[in-house]
Amino acid sequence: MSGFDISRSDFDNVTALHLSGFLDAHTVPVFEDAIQGLLKENIFNIIVNMQNLDYISSAGLGVFMGFIEEIREQGGDIKLSNLSSKVYKVFDLLGFPALFEIFDDENSAKSKFGHSK
Amino acid sequence: MKKMRKQKFKLKISSATENLEIIREFINNLATKAGFDEERVDQIELAVDEACTNVIKHAYKYSTERMLDISVFLDNEKMEIVIMDKGGGFNPDKLPVPNLEKYMRVAKVGGLGIHLMRTLMDEVNFSINPGKKNQVSLVKYLSRKSA
Repeated sequence: MSGFDISRSDFDNVTALHLSGFLDAHTVPVFEDAIQGLLKENIFNIIVNMQNLDYISSAGLGVFMGFIEEIREQGGDIKLSNLSSKVYKVFDLLGFPALFEIFDDENSAKSKFGHSK
Repeated sequence: MKKMRKQKFKLKISSATENLEIIREFINNLATKAGFDEERVDQIELAVDEACTNVIKHAYKYSTERMLDISVFLDNEKMEIVIMDKGGGFNPDKLPVPNLEKYMRVAKVGGLGIHLMRTLMDEVNFSINPGKKNQVSLVKYLSRKSA
């Protein structure tokens, strides 16, 4: 089975989650738990790096929608990076580029959080 | 071009999110066989995932004893996928096009799936008969390019 995985990298003031595999209604609780876990640690500057994400359905996009307001109220943000063109198209169809900052690479997203490399 | 006989394929599978992957592979294989390019195969696969996810969540409320019934019809013009359920049904016309700003405020995310289905496919038709037979038909033409 192809499955879905998340790994995490912590930097000075930013945490990046690296998604890999298939994010659908079955695997989405794993992603929700990961974001929820960061919030519990009071981490609100979050990058979601999708370099190795092969697939996303609206269930996955729903997680971004579900948490973003709380995160922004806390002065943080979710920024997206390294989307394949296949994954980007889904975000684009639902109008996400107007609501989320999307970067080609993780370092650009980090700089936007004021992180010095 | 010689008229291709209509071919029919069926998949009957437990209504469980863990089966979405099997459903996507089934659809991916048939869309490829029908002659769609990779981008459109991806679109069909996603639209069917969204339709089945809706049935699993809303019609059958995660009861894995219920069955998803997926029929695929192929001919040389189009691919049609019909997903049938016997759940409570809903009124597809009452679903507004999702307003993302509003969804952000209320952290509610339903309706994105149907919006995607309508964007990704050439035709999406619902036939609702609550408790008896609800179905959604998704059609993609080989000659058209949507989304």
